[in-house]
Amino acid sequence: MIARAFEYTQAASVAEALAALQQDRDAKLLAGGHSLLPLMKLRLATAGRLVDIGRIADLRGVRRDGDRIVVGALTTHAVLAQNPLLREMLPVLSAAAQEIGDLQVRNRGTIGGSIAHGDAAADLPAAVLALDATLHVATSAGEESLPAEGFFLGPMMTALPEGGLLTAVSFPLPPQGTRQAYRKVAHPASGYAVVGVAAVLAMGEDGTVQYARIALTGAGAAPFRAHGVEAALLDRTLSAELAAEAAGRVGDRVEFAGDLYASPSYRRRLAEVHVRRTLMGLL
Amino acid sequence: MQLIGVPQKRVEDPRLITGRGRYTEDVRLPGMLHAAILRSPRAHARIQEIDVAAAQAADGVVAVYTGRDLAGKLGPIPTAWLPPDSDIKATAHPALAVDTVRYVGDGVAMVVAESAAAARDAIDRIKVRYEPMAAVVDQAQAMAEGAPLVHEDAPGNVAFHWKAGTVPEEAFTGAEVVVRRTFRQQRLIPNPMEPRAAVAQYDPSTGDLTLWATSQNPHIHRVLLSSVLGIPEHRLRVVSVDVGGGFGSKIACYPDEALTAYAAMALGRPVKWAETRVEHFQATTHGRDMVIDVELAGRRDGTMTAIRVKNLANMGAYLSTAAPGVPTILFGLIVTGAYTFQHAAVDVYGVFTHTTPTDAYRGAGRPEATYLVERMVDLFAGEIGMDPIEVRRRNLVRPEAFPYQSALGLTYDSGNYQRALDQALETVGYEEIRREQAALRQKGRYIGIGCTSYVEISGLGPSEVAGAVGFQGGLWESANIRVHPSGKVTVFTGGSPHGQGEETTFAQIVADRFGVPLADVEVVHGDTARIAMGWGTYGSRTTAVGGSAIAVAADRVIDKARKIAAHMLEAAEEDIEFRAGRFAVRGAPERAQTFQAVTLQAYLAWNLPEGVEPALEAAAYYNPSNFTFPFGTHIAVVEVDAETGDVQLLRYVAVDDCGKVINPLIAEGQVHGGIVQGIGQALWEGAVYSADGQLLTGSLLDYAMPKARFFPAFETAFTETPAPHNPIGAKGIGETGTIAATPTIVNAVVDALQPFGVQDLAMPLWPERVHQAIQAGRNGR
Ligand SMILES: Cc1cc2nc3c(=O)[nH]c(=O)nc-3n(C[C@H](O)[C@H](O)[C@H](O)COP(=O)(O)OP(=O)(O)OC[C@H]3O[C@@H](n4cnc5c(N)ncnc54)[C@H](O)[C@@H]3O)c2cc1C
Repeated sequence: MIARAFEYTQAASVAEALAALQQDRDAKLLAGGHSLLPLMKLRLATAGRLVDIGRIADLRGVRRDGDRIVVGALTTHAVLAQNPLLREMLPVLSAAAQEIGDLQVRNRGTIGGSIAHGDAAADLPAAVLALDATLHVATSAGEESLPAEGFFLGPMMTALPEGGLLTAVSFPLPPQGTRQAYRKVAHPASGYAVVGVAAVLAMGEDGTVQYARIALTGAGAAPFRAHGVEAALLDRTLSAELAAEAAGRVGDRVEFAGDLYASPSYRRRLAEVHVRRTLMGLL
Repeated sequence: MQLIGVPQKRVEDPRLITGRGRYTEDVRLPGMLHAAILRSPRAHARIQEIDVAAAQAADGVVAVYTGRDLAGKLGPIPTAWLPPDSDIKATAHPALAVDTVRYVGDGVAMVVAESAAAARDAIDRIKVRYEPMAAVVDQAQAMAEGAPLVHEDAPGNVAFHWKAGTVPEEAFTGAEVVVRRTFRQQRLIPNPMEPRAAVAQYDPSTGDLTLWATSQNPHIHRVLLSSVLGIPEHRLRVVSVDVGGGFGSKIACYPDEALTAYAAMALGRPVKWAETRVEHFQATTHGRDMVIDVELAGRRDGTMTAIRVKNLANMGAYLSTAAPGVPTILFGLIVTGAYTFQHAAVDVYGVFTHTTPTDAYRGAGRPEATYLVERMVDLFAGEIGMDPIEVRRRNLVRPEAFPYQSALGLTYDSGNYQRALDQALETVGYEEIRREQAALRQKGRYIGIGCTSYVEISGLGPSEVAGAVGFQGGLWESANIRVHPSGKVTVFTGGSPHGQGEETTFAQIVADRFGVPLADVEVVHGDTARIAMGWGTYGSRTTAVGGSAIAVAADRVIDKARKIAAHMLEAAEEDIEFRAGRFAVRGAPERAQTFQAVTLQAYLAWNLPEGVEPALEAAAYYNPSNFTFPFGTHIAVVEVDAETGDVQLLRYVAVDDCGKVINPLIAEGQVHGGIVQGIGQALWEGAVYSADGQLLTGSLLDYAMPKARFFPAFETAFTETPAPHNPIGAKGIGETGTIAATPTIVNAVVDALQPFGVQDLAMPLWPERVHQAIQAGRNGR
């Protein structure tokens, strides 16, 4: 598989990368290359120029910044899976990253690339939604911060502004005593999620659910938050019955995706079963 | 040093796993050009016009060829298995489509350019005007009245019609129990790690053409391509030293290799062509794809008496090289499996459709046959209310019955089918699991246990039989053993291993016989310039036939060396014993000469016995007297998630008998790989075409190959019942796993779903399908 010919620019800074994008309408950013390059080799995507942001050190790394955790856009899936701070504070993010592809993919692929790419069955978007993340974007006009919710619009469609560069993803510290989990039904061929469920729950002193974020990937045209499920859980005590009842609301206002392997109605079924099991796992 | 039956690490592995293999794609020659092939995006269309001007004018492009350009220059791609009395229509297969494209992936034009990138870019610049025509992808629909014809000269799209065996009508009309069922063997897409590739180099001064190609049988490719290309056989050299797997897909003679060779001759420069994975999905042969109706008659006491099978085999758009032999000989003759049916009859239609041609895929016919009989055993057991294991026990050919003449005329060479069954049952703990199954069902958990007791035809095969069944070749095998003056050994084999490890097993056979270290023996294969003749590697034949040839040649070397040793030791030849690398006088073990010392004398020839020629080398052309019949029992334990239909494999036990095991490590590896492929068919793999002939599972993103992480550790063991008719007793282990695993898994899943009244499931057992069956069962009650 050979891509069409393209020009290549290595950007030393975010400013340089943005300038290169500005100059060349036909340019695309290149991070880990693990979504973009396969598509280019299949000639399903083309770019006149690739602007490689892979050497911009500022975009890398995980740090604590007051009451937020900031993850640079170039942080690889492997780092997300292993970083001690993330594993302690945002284990759902680490768990989702660990589910991605294979070792080579995790060593090259980046959180920024995954989110900007917007694959409807990618793992990280579910975790990012369930963690109420903020996406930090640099454009030639300045910096913008976008909430994760509302960012994923459809298959390979996001709210990333034209010519924008995702610099970092930041997360509020989740409430004390939070319980988090990621559960994935992987497609046997692609390994992407047929259904992936990210859940973040926190219980009050009385044992009732005081905080609930449930997000799904793979199930619909874009990763989404299951507000119906969340609402059903709030202020109630988690039990097998409640988990089942809440999971039953996963289909609220959702159009499920279908393909050869799983029809929309079966995906809905999977979503319901796995939301329930994810919740049970957090009991 | 005993080497037979002793695990040895593969001597080829250090080279292969450190990236030092010599695969076809690794060949780089000065001045080499690169080819790319434009393939049809339509399943059936008339070519109205091909405009190559823009491609021809593109940077780096040296030549563009269309089907018309090649008319009269390249012969048709041949079919080389022509089952007798089948009215076979081996319709002409041009290397590039001329007027009509017949499947998505059919070659339309070839570009040759200075770089692979330039060739790839240029094929996008070729403009083809197609007049679309109706297509048919399903074999039953293709046979229906009014279906679009794939070839004008094959009415009803019937490529051949073949029958074997007879069943008297009373066998069914008078039967206590008759079970009927239709099975679909879904189409599979073989995916060796290495896709196909070819490099051709032509020397105009001598007229010699060298073709490096991904082949399982370079000598067969030489003879077929020499006729396609119109160059004398002795001017063509085919080299396939390291080949990254084939599974049958590298047996066939394809258009692409011929085109590459043609371009090298026409342009006077070396040319390389290498398919991409996506191209591989369309242009390399597929496997299976049969619709099989079965009727089984039996008695309430568990005896199975007669079986009748009708098979509609989807051959794709053209008859690939060995394809017609697969649903006929390799399938039809073994549908009685390991059981003593009195009567059996098979009726097979080969059907053209607008799809990629099918051909042998690991097991080739035998997995499909084994699947139907093993599924029928379970269905019959259900019908008469008997444990399926008990039905097997009652019907297996008994150990004292060998050689056993099957209802379809095969002579099963040797076996102890009960022993393999017993050992598998004991390993898995059958009774215990049945109890556990009952207990878990009370808790709403569904485990199932599935069994297969198979026998297969391998060690292909006697040349006389090859002729009788229409295989256009001999199936003997060659060996040439050259002992060098220092006592080191080179073995030339006509087998063409492409991942199976015969560089090791063959060295073991020779080193064991000569009593020399394994490292002193080199095995050479896959080069028509170095090996006189050979029929290649497929049908689990390489060790049984090629290994036997080597054993015979080795014994010839020893016979000659014994004469020389006797002369050196001043003893009678009959008094010389050869053991552990030493020729010694019987009763006087101190009077001895080593193999190496004798070899040296053979070459010095200063003092050879009368009538003995110098040097030490022997050849053998071994033609077996029968096929070999490996057998065994596989048992799987699965759990089905009743809420989702997801199947979990809990345990997998395989007891195989491939006769004498040369290298247990390699044999076990073959079993593991085979099981994985067999389970792949049961649970995940399946090619899907849209009604208009688009391949919907056209890449590894949607065609699910099994991955290591999908499996638990397998529990494998061997029993050893030697093949009585060959010198090493080996039968063949390359395909057993693929043959046994598929029905084993489906039997287990159906067993798990007994509480829901599920009788059968269509493969692959994707969770949604299984879930639907569970729901249907729930609603039905
Ligand atoms: C074999 C394989 C298996 C995989 N399996 C999975 C899986 O199971 N689950 C899963 O979620 N993913 C999977 N992936 C995808 C993988 O996670 C990718 O790494 C990821 O989707 C893209 O990240 P990247 O850094 O490689 O991005 P690239 O491929 O470099 O870029 C992807 C897109 O995002 C844009 N982009 C990249 N970085 C930025 C940025 N900072 N700002 C703005 N735009 C940007 C690029 O222009 C491009 O359009 C798999 C990939 C492969 C090859």
